[in-house]
Amino acid sequence: MPDAPGLELIRGEIEDAQPGAVLDTGFEHGRASLAIAPEHLLAVLTWLGESAGHEYRFLSSLHAADYLPAEPRFAVHYELLNRDRVERIRVKALLADPAAGAQSDGSEQALPEIDSCVEMFPTANFQEREVFDFFGIVFKGHPDLTRILLPEDYVGWPQRRDFPVGGEPVTFTYNEKNYG
Amino acid sequence: MRQRQLSARDMLRGDLEGEELERYVEEKVVLTRLDEMLNWSRANSLFPLSFGLACCAIEGIPMSAVTARYDIARFGAEAGRASPRQADFIVLSGRVSIKMAPIVRRLYDQMLEPKWAISMGACSSSGGMFSNYAVVQGADKFMPIDVHIPGCPPRPEAVLYGFTKLQEKIMGNADQGWRARYNAEGTEEWARGGPRSEPSAESAEAYLAARELLRA
Repeated sequence: MPDAPGLELIRGEIEDAQPGAVLDTGFEHGRASLAIAPEHLLAVLTWLGESAGHEYRFLSSLHAADYLPAEPRFAVHYELLNRDRVERIRVKALLADPAAGAQSDGSEQALPEIDSCVEMFPTANFQEREVFDFFGIVFKGHPDLTRILLPEDYVGWPQRRDFPVGGEPVTFTYNEKNYG
Repeated sequence: MRQRQLSARDMLRGDLEGEELERYVEEKVVLTRLDEMLNWSRANSLFPLSFGLACCAIEGIPMSAVTARYDIARFGAEAGRASPRQADFIVLSGRVSIKMAPIVRRLYDQMLEPKWAISMGACSSSGGMFSNYAVVQGADKFMPIDVHIPGCPPRPEAVLYGFTKLQEKIMGNADQGWRARYNAEGTEEWARGGPRSEPSAESAEAYLAARELLRA
């Protein structure tokens, strides 16, 4: 596990190789994370996997999060692992929502896009499909980007924070009558 | 007991006569109509479909229906059928996700009339605690439900009470399909346009080709 100063060293080295790639670093709960710009994703993953002394070659998880009022709104998380040293590092690719502020007029909604890392990590295939399924994040270059868990004709991206919770409103008339 | 057996034997032999025979008939023979007897026998030998959806299938059905303490065999419904073609009723035991709903509906459609459905527990009746994108908010949105049993999970007494309610319903009903019961005639869905529609040109051609192959 790189500690906080080690993380800053990694950030400096990436800055030398890919200027402008790292936006921020974070060190919480003993877990180091790099926030990066999405266009540098594949370069950063390659650099972390191949440069001597780092060699994070194993993708243990790929998932996304919606940090809604924050900007940029989405983040795709790549949990990388070095299996020799059992060290982990998290890479967050921050993605802005291209449909932000746009009025929904029933036409195709613009979706955030990021490069697919299936070429590098075959395990990312299903995980990227799941992220697409629930967040509507498009992975460019994915071999078969279709819905994986929800029905194929489902409309919407249900794990986004602005997706309605659903269900039917329940009226508790007892409370209204007695305490309302 | 012995006395009854003896009198039944005498009756069968034709030894009972006169007043004895009158008394025997009065005690032992019930007169009813055929359809009532049919409903009575249907209500007391219901075959459930062996089918589970979620946690009610684990806690509810085994604990509250088939175990010795509650024992649904007392009501003649212990013979679970593994095929919808042989089952009389289906118990929706748990939440129905939107991906499962078409499958549940297909199972119900595959059952033969007369058929019934029990929605067991809060989830399949109303969505229950799952008020979200993945779960159908009440199974009666996509199929007819005869008895809703509330509870999470329902008490065994509630399950058996719901089951006896279904039996009452069957006994009170003449032989009706579910579309007649729920006033849903005319909602049938047919492949290719309707019951009297001609087969499509391609399928007729394929049928003839297959017959030629069989003959050759």
